[in-house]
Amino acid sequence: MKFDTPAGPNPIDRLKVVGRPTDRIDGKYKTTGTAPYAYERHDAAPDAAYGYVLGSAIAKGRVRSIDTASARQAPGVIAVVTTLDTPRIERGVMNVAYLFGGDVIQHYHQAIAVVVAETFEQARAASFLVQVDYAPEAGAFDLAAAAKTAEPVPADSGEGSGGDGEERVGDFEGAFAQAPVTLDATYTTADESHAMMEPHATTAAWDGDRVTLWTSNQMIGWGHGSIAKMLGLPKAKVRLDAPYVGGGFGGKLFVRADAVLAALAAKATGRAVKVALTRPLIANNTTHRPATIQRVRIGATRDGTITAIAHESTSGNLPDGDPETAVNQTKFLYAGANRLTAMKLAHLDLPEGNAMRAPGEAPGLAVLEIAMDEMAEKLGLDPVAFRIRNDSQVVPTQPDLRFSQRDLVGCLTLGAERFGWAKRNPKPGQVRDGQWLVGLGMAAAFRDNMVMKSGARVRLDSRGTVTVETDMTDIGTGSYTIIAQTAAEMMGVSLDQVVVRLGDSDFPVSSGSGGQFGANSSTAGVYAACVKLREAVAQKLGFNATDAVFEAGEVRAGNRAIPLAESAAGGDLVAEDTIEFGKVSKEQQVSTFGAHFVEVGVDAYTAEVRVRRMLAVCAAGRILNPKSARSQVIGGMVMGTGAALMEELAVDTKRGFFANHDLAGYEVPVHADIPRQEVIFLDEVDPRSSPMKAKGVGELGISGIAAAVANAVYNATGIRVRDYPLTLDKLLDRMPDAA
Amino acid sequence: MKSFTYERPTTPAEAAAAVAGTPDAKFIAGGTNLLDLMKLQIETPRHLVDVNGLGLDTVEPTGEGGLRIGALVRNTDLAAHPRVRKDYGVLARALLAGASGQLRNKATTAGNLLQRTRCPYFYDTAQGCNKRQPGSGCSALDGVSRQLAVIGGSAACIATHPGDMAVAMRVLDATVETVDGAGTERRIPIAEFHRLPGDEPQRDTTLKPGELITAVTLPKPVPGTHIYRKVRDRASYAYALVSVAAILGKNGSGHVAFGGVAHKPWRVEAAEADLPKGAKAVATQVFADAKPTHENAYKLKLAERTLGAALNQARA
Amino acid sequence: MVGATAAAAPAGARAARTDEPVLARVTFTVNGQRRDLELDTRTSLLDAAREHLHLTGSKKGCDHGQCGACTMIVDGRRINACLTLAVMHQGAEIVTIEGLGQPDHLHPMQAAFVRHDGYQCGYCTPGQICSGVAVLEEIEAGIPSHVTADLEAAPQVTEAEIRERMSGNICRCGAYSNIVEAMTEVAGSRA
Repeated sequence: MKFDTPAGPNPIDRLKVVGRPTDRIDGKYKTTGTAPYAYERHDAAPDAAYGYVLGSAIAKGRVRSIDTASARQAPGVIAVVTTLDTPRIERGVMNVAYLFGGDVIQHYHQAIAVVVAETFEQARAASFLVQVDYAPEAGAFDLAAAAKTAEPVPADSGEGSGGDGEERVGDFEGAFAQAPVTLDATYTTADESHAMMEPHATTAAWDGDRVTLWTSNQMIGWGHGSIAKMLGLPKAKVRLDAPYVGGGFGGKLFVRADAVLAALAAKATGRAVKVALTRPLIANNTTHRPATIQRVRIGATRDGTITAIAHESTSGNLPDGDPETAVNQTKFLYAGANRLTAMKLAHLDLPEGNAMRAPGEAPGLAVLEIAMDEMAEKLGLDPVAFRIRNDSQVVPTQPDLRFSQRDLVGCLTLGAERFGWAKRNPKPGQVRDGQWLVGLGMAAAFRDNMVMKSGARVRLDSRGTVTVETDMTDIGTGSYTIIAQTAAEMMGVSLDQVVVRLGDSDFPVSSGSGGQFGANSSTAGVYAACVKLREAVAQKLGFNATDAVFEAGEVRAGNRAIPLAESAAGGDLVAEDTIEFGKVSKEQQVSTFGAHFVEVGVDAYTAEVRVRRMLAVCAAGRILNPKSARSQVIGGMVMGTGAALMEELAVDTKRGFFANHDLAGYEVPVHADIPRQEVIFLDEVDPRSSPMKAKGVGELGISGIAAAVANAVYNATGIRVRDYPLTLDKLLDRMPDAA
Repeated sequence: MKSFTYERPTTPAEAAAAVAGTPDAKFIAGGTNLLDLMKLQIETPRHLVDVNGLGLDTVEPTGEGGLRIGALVRNTDLAAHPRVRKDYGVLARALLAGASGQLRNKATTAGNLLQRTRCPYFYDTAQGCNKRQPGSGCSALDGVSRQLAVIGGSAACIATHPGDMAVAMRVLDATVETVDGAGTERRIPIAEFHRLPGDEPQRDTTLKPGELITAVTLPKPVPGTHIYRKVRDRASYAYALVSVAAILGKNGSGHVAFGGVAHKPWRVEAAEADLPKGAKAVATQVFADAKPTHENAYKLKLAERTLGAALNQARA
Repeated sequence: MVGATAAAAPAGARAARTDEPVLARVTFTVNGQRRDLELDTRTSLLDAAREHLHLTGSKKGCDHGQCGACTMIVDGRRINACLTLAVMHQGAEIVTIEGLGQPDHLHPMQAAFVRHDGYQCGYCTPGQICSGVAVLEEIEAGIPSHVTADLEAAPQVTEAEIRERMSGNICRCGAYSNIVEAMTEVAGSRA
């Protein structure tokens, strides 16, 4: 199905199943531990051997030799596959660093060998017997130093944000120089780790020249093609299966070393082999959100109208890597006639920087929205009012491009009202509650709404069961449930009449999960397949498809009503289709908007920051399932709170690696860090997004939240910290006397 | 993890003898730190002596009005013990500020004293660390050191003792009781139990090889407000950046020890007389010889302000 | 004494000198069922469950006691199964997520997690639920926590208590707020 005109009325609008806060249909499996993840496929690959991955001990250089003699002789060892035994393997979709093969070390903990043994304990012990001789080389590991020679480059985050190296509208410098009120400030954001709870893991098994990978991957279509390319196989000889993915956040958009090594090890041993990256390996072996240095300049008239805005970001990456697209939102969010955005890229030999939840917008809004807070203060304006004053119903860089829906103002005003924003004392450092200095902060949220081609197959059987098959993944996003809701709505059956099967490369290729495009795109694909199935059913029952109403397990038209199942009495009816997004997605700008409000307490003595209240208001099209969508938003808020207050991969700039490479060293928020969270969805449908009229919310929640926290800290203390995360050491020197 | 043999003796003497008489043997109790380190081959025992069958899991009053805590009393149970809650609040608070519920259910009194540093270079076997591998250098000195020691370190090591319980025990003047393989018992004041790294950072404590901790005794309770204030980046389940264990009177007089700042719980008794004068007066003396890195110098101000918070709490 | 292989060796010669695995027998009860295993002494309780008993509900998120995904209830107490050896649990009563309930017969805590969407990707969920069940029992048993204001009073089921006690279970999807709601509901219905 081509989606090239705005959606008109369709069966989804009935909202009998879609749009309801349905419990997840996979909930009973996840809560009982019976949902199978990649390393747990005793059912599919019994008697798998265990692969244990070795990471490079140097950050840059060459591997001279690897002595595996002792490891091979160790008890239980079946094989040792080393990077020197393997020609350099081609990179898959979105890979920057090479994953395995050859003698070149591009980053710390790059995979250099996998030891395969009968048991996990044996593989792990033998891995310590492998002796590696390195020829280290000097590398660049310090972003601040490398930034000096960084060059502007165009980029696409692969998840919906990007642009040219430098983009200009009007005369920024001239207008900035003329502006009566200006801000020119530089901020930094830290390297961050996805730290999903399920490590990257794959079980691989060969059957002749065919290989199956049970793997933890967000994008089966990409992964399928990538593995085929990497192993030099036709796609038909490769199968990927990922019914459950234990979190990804962009870290599993692509094939990683676990999948490659499991496949190679299984080939080498003639056994099924399973490989999970050990936790201490993950931060350096895989990818991370790159640190940024961002400069924001804003010029405004005295009444708060922005006349000039510039946002420049510098980040580092390995050769062939992209910059963090942190300036993207600044092209869309606020009005202003004279504009500059630029992304510079420095060469760094740290591990690969790549997409992490809301790449671009998460660190970009973390900075832009502090700058807006600073600017509002300079102008003597309320931060909410300042944002409303500079709202724009057209894309500021392309004035003839309208937003399909843009209710940022609605988000801001409703949020301010519900949160009690009016009670905020605009003068910072004034409110105290016992040991706590209390402050309120807010920020706008923006995330573009990407759409991706997405396919599905739908089958109706003689019992009236509708089975949906698509390679879409559920990485915690609720895909199983919203896909079931979509099929139930379309076919007029109850939710328990729908079976959803996901994550298998034998199924039609979907959008996959990333860039908050998954929910809208994949359900639109299911919608398309259901439209076809409805036609097949109607034809079978002698109805005109356009007149037939599918409801309550029946198909009705005029005064005839026939049970849906009857159409499949003579055999299953199967339909398959793919939604393809045409120019309708480009004629107007389809984006999502929100507003975050946060209250923090800052310990008057120690400067520890604790979040006390959080509210997000989102305008993101039709919400397919308010329960799981809300979870997506609060989850983004949690991760963004981590970025605001604690998350930082600590770079050893001498040795070239992230030193705090486990979950004790890299702190992410725990229960005690997070208060009760509130989310409000504005009632919105967007016919330009898809037949579902829905948009993404999975990344909107993280976009802007860090700045809301930082602004609340400022309001509490009067201390402006421009370097994330806002750990207490950055506040202490400026804290007022506590007593 | 290297393969190891395993036994579970039933008396402390047998256990001590088993470790003394077996090459590369170690005791295991809760295992929450030892197994963590064995998986990374930072610890490589070839024989484990499981001490969980020894009893040593009760808290008993002593004749002097104090408490004798069995080496195998779990952190959860010690923190929940009525006498500890009533008379040794600083200890209960310190225990409850440490780790997580799951870990406290396993971790023991003796094991908590023996937990090793969380320095990232100690944990990364590809990096130089004199504590892990004597002579391999200290990568932390010019590396990532935000969490590490500001005082009492050496050119060989700036690791911290990561625990909370020991800081409270330090302010309580606890005594560690041991037995060795020959059956000889020893009482070690907590002040002498943990050592400074000097040029032997591989030695965390003054325990001799094969010496088994059997108990920790606390003297009779010290009156005053018992405070354990732990400062960390996240609200729970994190190691201290700085902690303060204090027993303070209304006028601020009392005792204080600091955690997260040194290779051992850090206490300077001579400075305690100045507690009524305020945090700055005490911190200046306690940290007079501090040698922080540029990444952890904040700990000096933090320690002072955290002590200020404790004094404020005591005066309230 | 557990570890027959080890125990049979004379003192002084007992330590493992080669890389050969040392095998030992251990018998314990898992979810009410007696299990008798011969294991490499290095096998964690978590791997014994996941790899030997094929009880894969308990998850391996970090294998170092830093995430809580492996939480089991052993002899009535929740522990990190990754940081304990299986052979140390001779005679133990072990409850894993599979022992709390099954898809067609959920434990009240499991059902509450479903109702309150107390999960997303599901990987930390079994650990959260095992911990959640144990936490309510710990509060009932009067065990204090870091946020218990009065150490000498009985702790209450409050949101602050739940958050502190659950902090050893990391959820990177960020379902914390919902988990607290689920646990509060279960605690309320028990009261």
